[in-house]
Amino acid sequence: MQEKNRGLALFTFLVFLFLLGPLLIISVTSFEGGNILKFPPEEFSFRWYENIFNVDMFLVAFKTSILVSLGGNLLALLLGVPAAYALSRFDFKGKSVINAFFVSPILIPGIVLGFAFLRYIVGTYQLPIYAALFVGHTVIMLPFIIRVISSSLSNFDFSIEEAAESLGASKLGTFFTVVLPNIKSGILAAVMIAFLESFNNVDISVYMTGPGVSTFPIQMLTYVENYFDPTISAISVLLMFITAFFMFIVERLMGLSYFTKR
Amino acid sequence: MALFTLQDISVAYNKQNILKDFNLEIEKGKLVSLLGPSGCGKTTTLRLIAGFLQANEGKFLFKEKDYTKVPVNKRNFGFVFQNYALFPHLSIFDNIAFGLRLRKNAKSEIEKKVMNVLEIVNLKGFEKRYPQELSGGQKQRVAIARALVIEPDILLFDEPLSNLDANLRVNMRVEIRRIQQELGITTVYVSHDQEECFSISDQVAIMNKGIIEQLSDPATIYKYPETKFVADFIGFKNFIDFDKRTDHDGKIELNKSGYSFVLHKDPQMSNSTGKIGAIRPDDLLIREKDNTGAVQENSLPGRVKVSTYLGRSYQYVVETPIGDFTVNKEMAESYRTGQEIILEIPKNQMVLVD
Repeated sequence: MQEKNRGLALFTFLVFLFLLGPLLIISVTSFEGGNILKFPPEEFSFRWYENIFNVDMFLVAFKTSILVSLGGNLLALLLGVPAAYALSRFDFKGKSVINAFFVSPILIPGIVLGFAFLRYIVGTYQLPIYAALFVGHTVIMLPFIIRVISSSLSNFDFSIEEAAESLGASKLGTFFTVVLPNIKSGILAAVMIAFLESFNNVDISVYMTGPGVSTFPIQMLTYVENYFDPTISAISVLLMFITAFFMFIVERLMGLSYFTKR
Repeated sequence: MALFTLQDISVAYNKQNILKDFNLEIEKGKLVSLLGPSGCGKTTTLRLIAGFLQANEGKFLFKEKDYTKVPVNKRNFGFVFQNYALFPHLSIFDNIAFGLRLRKNAKSEIEKKVMNVLEIVNLKGFEKRYPQELSGGQKQRVAIARALVIEPDILLFDEPLSNLDANLRVNMRVEIRRIQQELGITTVYVSHDQEECFSISDQVAIMNKGIIEQLSDPATIYKYPETKFVADFIGFKNFIDFDKRTDHDGKIELNKSGYSFVLHKDPQMSNSTGKIGAIRPDDLLIREKDNTGAVQENSLPGRVKVSTYLGRSYQYVVETPIGDFTVNKEMAESYRTGQEIILEIPKNQMVLVD
């Protein structure tokens, strides 16, 4: 591909500018020295980065988000690993239905799913806010866990399971000594993708949060409604970095092919 | 006395019988091959012995104890897979030590046994490597070592050489036979390769559609197939479905469409009652038609229909009044397509099968 197509190059550049430009502007505005979010900034400072750590509600919401995402992640793993294993290992009646069921939270608009949760988890079953958040986020993460681990299991040669059994390992022992060690990078990738999905989630969390309990992105929304200072830009930059870092690790572990194939 | 026995085993998938009323007895220390085309049930039989699958009916007896319901991990049988099935996350040492660790052997003992078995399979010095770093043949040796080290009561091979290239296959089968004889370990070996099975086995079971057609030592099967399927499978290309068979003292008289043939009665095949004659392309005689017109014994008039070159010999398809025959003939004599010839069936080369 030595031949250069200037028109195409320009077009690609413009598309990227359109996509990434806003992020760039947000990044620049986060270093604003003044009190009001604007572009271009007038003076350079880190004060709004400092401010993040001085606003109590951010710290509280951050802790809540971490707790919900990690706790939900654990729960989703406990449900998702066996499910992914069963879906990859065995052929049974209704397998495709069950597969579709587990993936459905991705397919249903979050705002609809969130409303359903509000109706049942908060309304009918009257679960406390924290419990509701856990359940909701577990459901958000489960499809990602199952899909990433399934794709990792699709490269797994199940005859090594039989080999382990023929050497004297029990079924459960085989799972822990042979299956898990061979899909651990897949599990780690699944955990990270699910974590990001849950940590950054707005549409479902917005229904589940209530007085005094808020997740980080919801807290950001609340903040923007009341203040116009560049703190929100600073937070956005940090979130971008965290996300990019996680995705970098996922890419290292499994490649991003997971996102491009069904 | 048999070390283990499969008794009236039936296995079915989706209402299709894979094995039906299947019986097999194997003696201690023997290497028995299950040979047959794909879908004949040989791998199913092996997996049944290993315990990977359960029979719908029938019993599996090991040392006269009922093992039918004993799970795989309690059987102490070694299994060698077609695709090696090594643990990719473990070194060669740990791969082989896997079974020993489960048996709670002491560390020093594990080391001793692993080193010992590595020597048996000629892989000393490979213990720190990982499976991805080995060639196919080396992987298969590790797989054999891993199965051997637990001192299994039975060693099971599922087409272990089919992923290797031709030269390596010959070397490995000699290795397998050497190890098996050195350790005197009872072995069941599944393959679809006739030469492979015949070269290493004490006994070969030829399977077809879920039953054993014949179970014998390789030489007997080679010379005296009992059924048409077996004869066909091991290269008896020519079959004559005789109209009439008459047994006399020391000879058998056969008739087909007015032609009659005589066979010497071979004590080895005296039990056979079949009247399908089977003969290899190498064993048929062919000669130029003479002009005397005299009818010779066991002979047929024929015409060369097709002639193909095989390198060391020619192969002819000969048309006769009782059907086409395939004949191999050395280079020295050659016949043209369309030539009238005489085909002779030697009195001691044809077998009669069911």
